[in-house]
Amino acid sequence: MIRRLASGLSFARINYIKMHCSADILQARTTLKHNFSISSVHRNGEYEYQEPKSEDEVVNVIYVDKNGKEFPIRGKIGDNLMYLAHRHEIEMEGACEASLACTTCHVYVLGEHKDLLPEATEKEEDLLDLAPFLREDSRLGCQIILNKELEGLRVQLPAATRNFYIDGHKPKPH
Amino acid sequence: MRRASTLCSFAKGAPLRLLSTSSTRQGPQVCVVGAGPAGFYVTQHLVKTLPEANVDIYEKLPVPFGLVRFGVAPDHPEVKNVINTFTKTAQNPRVRFVGNVSLGKDLSLQELQRLYHAVILTYGAEHDKSLGIPGEDLGNILSARRFVGWYNGQPGDENLNPDLSTDTVAVLGQGNVALDVARVLLAPIDYLKSTDITAHSLEALSKSQVKRVMLIGRRGPVQAAFTIKELREMLKMEGCKSVFRQDDFKGVQEFLPSVARPRKRLTELLAQAALDPKAEWLEAWKTAERSFEPIFYRSPAAFLPSSSKAGTVGAVKLAVTELQGEMSETQGVKNTGAFEDVKCGLVLRSIGYKGLPADPDIPFDSKSGVVRNSKGRVEGLPGVYCGGWLGTGPVGVIVNTMGNAFELGRLIEGDIKDGTINATTAKPGYLEAAKILDNKGVQAVSFKDWEKIDQEEQNRGKAIDKPREKIVSVSEMLKVVAN
Repeated sequence: MIRRLASGLSFARINYIKMHCSADILQARTTLKHNFSISSVHRNGEYEYQEPKSEDEVVNVIYVDKNGKEFPIRGKIGDNLMYLAHRHEIEMEGACEASLACTTCHVYVLGEHKDLLPEATEKEEDLLDLAPFLREDSRLGCQIILNKELEGLRVQLPAATRNFYIDGHKPKPH
Repeated sequence: MRRASTLCSFAKGAPLRLLSTSSTRQGPQVCVVGAGPAGFYVTQHLVKTLPEANVDIYEKLPVPFGLVRFGVAPDHPEVKNVINTFTKTAQNPRVRFVGNVSLGKDLSLQELQRLYHAVILTYGAEHDKSLGIPGEDLGNILSARRFVGWYNGQPGDENLNPDLSTDTVAVLGQGNVALDVARVLLAPIDYLKSTDITAHSLEALSKSQVKRVMLIGRRGPVQAAFTIKELREMLKMEGCKSVFRQDDFKGVQEFLPSVARPRKRLTELLAQAALDPKAEWLEAWKTAERSFEPIFYRSPAAFLPSSSKAGTVGAVKLAVTELQGEMSETQGVKNTGAFEDVKCGLVLRSIGYKGLPADPDIPFDSKSGVVRNSKGRVEGLPGVYCGGWLGTGPVGVIVNTMGNAFELGRLIEGDIKDGTINATTAKPGYLEAAKILDNKGVQAVSFKDWEKIDQEEQNRGKAIDKPREKIVSVSEMLKVVAN
């Protein structure tokens, strides 16, 4: 198909089409991997499945899992950090689907990028109070939207494992 | 149901596949008892990491989701979004939801152990602690858990009939469940009307005479168990003022600098509400007709009968307590010997949930209400595991249960992969369970059947501007399925 079109198109346009064809294939492959049935499409998080339209849109982020393993990901402006993680099967949950009703997308924002994020709302702060392994650099991943300033953002997932079955367990607030 | 008949394979490292007959299934057969968050999250982990496993989730009720459906307050619908994740899990072809089947009644633990390689108990804590003080059997002393079940449509609680003709309610306990019931009692009826609160409770609440709700705890503000989001909701509740006893806050502000987050923000907000309320709150409180009254350092000692309504509670005798030792979040209290009586016409006891053994073979610690286990492996029963509140005790929100369930999933995955559980001998799983249930005349409910109930509830809700109208009787649920 590319060859047929090539006769009448400029180099730039060919590349544009190539990029989008492969993007569609990538999206289809990813969609097939995720969905058990066609009807269970992500109602939210669809935007994060779209490829960046140009390099200008790209925002590179690195997710660090609880064992220190790094996952460099090519995101784009406007991506929700949590849904981007879901697309790439990084171990971040999103129980309440970004509606500020849980803390399962809790991340540590490493380095100076922390100061570039908009301040957490009262709602987010109230929830962070409940997050296990809270730190100074804790934020909720679903509240972080990528922009160019966040290029090179590194976020770390908290230790999910803890010994829940301690004898003499003290009641925690609930 | 796959009827593969592969030949024996003795290749090194390859799992031994026996010639399977139609009475067994390939791959590890796992059953989960209890279709709440713990059950769904452990299932999610196992189907992801064991591509050959089949997981059957048994649930006593015809409907899944446990406390997400029956515990989360009707005005907190976002918390219920997790149901979408659970639905995805249930729709996996290797997962089967089996509703209306009760462990101990329809299937025994021994039977499940015979049919499955692993049995995972996640049926939570469906009873609550009682105080064990005189007068506790007076009328209108109810468990907050049942009150929540009443407004959330838990089958069995619809006939609770709390008497709301009194103007004062005493809620004993200061956790989020206590705040939830206080909020439902004090909220304007319009606020509740468009939620999925049950019709019978909405009707009763619209006629409620309740004006004051006391939230009584035996320790101080620094030890309060509720969380900040729920406190904020109460402070801003329309038509409701928050009334504190300033004496309860002695020493609290001095303690603040040494408190770590998260306790710090909660204590700051409490102290502010009690000692220096925001101007906008005071303005709203001026015209409020209802009141929310947290009371600290009071421990219930006895219930006193009403002089006007025979056999019903009329007051609570409270022992005055004081903190022992240095102020800290985990401080204990002791009684001072003094007492205070508070008049009230309804008492809601919210001092903690409690689990019970569903089957006599389950080793249970009745003191803590927890199945005896080590890291999730049930004591003395290889291949039997427990998780969620049943394993850890009835404390924790969804993120805690999720973490626990994933950890349990990793443990079970490891046990299957390293041979601690011998999953190479084929087991029949649901093929056999279905026969047992059929012989007993038990009507098992599938996930598709639940979706019928779900659709019916949503349809009924649409007619009256609610997200759903919950069906509260099991027999009616089964009727909807049969149609």
